Amino acid sequence: MKLVEAIIKPFKLDEVKDALNELGIMGITVSEVKGFGRQKGHTELYRGAEYVVDFIPKVKLEIAVSDDMVAKVLETIENSAKTGRIGDGKIFVMPLEEAVRIRTGEKGGEAL
Amino acid sequence: MKVKTLKTAVMAGSLALMTPLLALAEEAAAPAAPTLDTGDTAWLLISSALVLLMLPGLALFYGGMVRAKNVLSTMMHSFVVMGLVAVQWLVIGYTIGFGDDQAGGFFGGLNKLMFNGITIDSLSGTIPEYVFAMFQAMFAIITIALISGAVAERIKFSAYCVFALVWTTLVYDPIAHWVWGGGWLAKLAPAALDFAGGTVVHLSSGISALALIMFLGKRRGFPTERMAPHSLPLTLLGTGLLWFGWYGFNAGSALAANGTAALAFTTTTVAPAAAGLAWMLAEWIHAGKPSALGFASGVVAGLVAITPAAGFVTPGWALVIGVGAGVICYLAVMMKAKLKYDDSLDAFGIHGVGGAFGALATGAFATVGATGLIAGNTAQFFSQVIAVAAAGAYAFIVTCVIAFVIDKTIGLRVDKDDEIVGLDQTQHSESGYNLF
Repeated sequence: MKLVEAIIKPFKLDEVKDALNELGIMGITVSEVKGFGRQKGHTELYRGAEYVVDFIPKVKLEIAVSDDMVAKVLETIENSAKTGRIGDGKIFVMPLEEAVRIRTGEKGGEAL
Repeated sequence: MKVKTLKTAVMAGSLALMTPLLALAEEAAAPAAPTLDTGDTAWLLISSALVLLMLPGLALFYGGMVRAKNVLSTMMHSFVVMGLVAVQWLVIGYTIGFGDDQAGGFFGGLNKLMFNGITIDSLSGTIPEYVFAMFQAMFAIITIALISGAVAERIKFSAYCVFALVWTTLVYDPIAHWVWGGGWLAKLAPAALDFAGGTVVHLSSGISALALIMFLGKRRGFPTERMAPHSLPLTLLGTGLLWFGWYGFNAGSALAANGTAALAFTTTTVAPAAAGLAWMLAEWIHAGKPSALGFASGVVAGLVAITPAAGFVTPGWALVIGVGAGVICYLAVMMKAKLKYDDSLDAFGIHGVGGAFGALATGAFATVGATGLIAGNTAQFFSQVIAVAAAGAYAFIVTCVIAFVIDKTIGLRVDKDDEIVGLDQTQHSESGYNLF
């Protein structure tokens, strides 16, 4: 099993979710996060006071998938989240040791 | 215009009941005593309520501009004075402003302590004196609240409450007497013009704000730390409520439902409209983008500047005053960013500068019911300069004394940790937003 963590532009969330649903993904966890990559921040100006906003809002998706699904999931996220402009985000993949479905007690791949 | 012409029709009325013939004879001989006008009274009752609505308007205007951790404390600065100053006005404020002239026109005597002598039959011009006293009460309340914008995010709540009471009593009430209570500025030849409070309300509060922050100091982290407004939608809603309430402030200051009120209503539409656009354009050219906060700030600057002139200038000159206010106040606020003094929400840059500009512009452009520079009356302009200089100097000096004494006794400022945590938590044990 793998845990896929994708940081994407907030307005791309629906598109990515719909595309992943079509793949047959069973669940996604979403959080609103802030951060910066190569895009860096932007400046805001209030009555002459200029502030650099270093961390810009992004959405983070966490998806637990079986090993055979990983390549498809990555491709789907990449295609649906891409705008081609700076700040499109990143995808990280981590090994996932165990999963438990709380209601039924199922473990491993069955729990996903 | 807002000059007190108090006539007691009570006694004449009761005499008339007993001896109708005598009363008739008296009426024929004496100049007609003013009688109650129901139209005027209705308009002034509404205007008074409109001016009170400016307080929640100001609370939103200021509250949106501070950081989320200080939103309640900042809004409370506008709300608590609805309590404090309304009570102060009944007890002593009204009589200092509008009691019998004392000390050569410096303040009113104590003959109206606790509204002494006022009955439901007392008239002030064509309206009941109760209405006049309440209309004036709202002006006292909003004036101190304007100052709170300069001291937001760091003043101790207890110190603010004491300052509000003492400042209103020692600064606002006497200056209101000078101009509107038959005091020395009203006795100048020609009398200083202040239709609805450019000098009394805006200049006095703006200058005092500057004096107070000299003793209070900058916010911790100013100007390097990010102190962006936490909710400009609140600020925009507040701007709208302020403008709406300002119709009562300015058009109500005609003290009648007449053509002068209609003129003031017109100029109170034209000037802020022009000033909002002027500020927005100045910012667009100078800083690259037209900002929502800029437009709102311009609207308020225009409202401030037209206040002393509202019933004295034609709409064309109101347009000129509006454009001038938008650009001048924009430049004043930009100067602040350069000079690095911390007037948190620009009480001085908008009310002090806009109020002074408006008072002088009144002396320049007045043609209705008074004459200014453009009508060849240089003496009027000179009276305006005296009023601005005297009210400004008096407000500045007395505020310095009050601020010094409060700072040395109970202390003006919250301590460092409380300021970092935020005033909502540390002064009120509340949070503005409990979203989770």
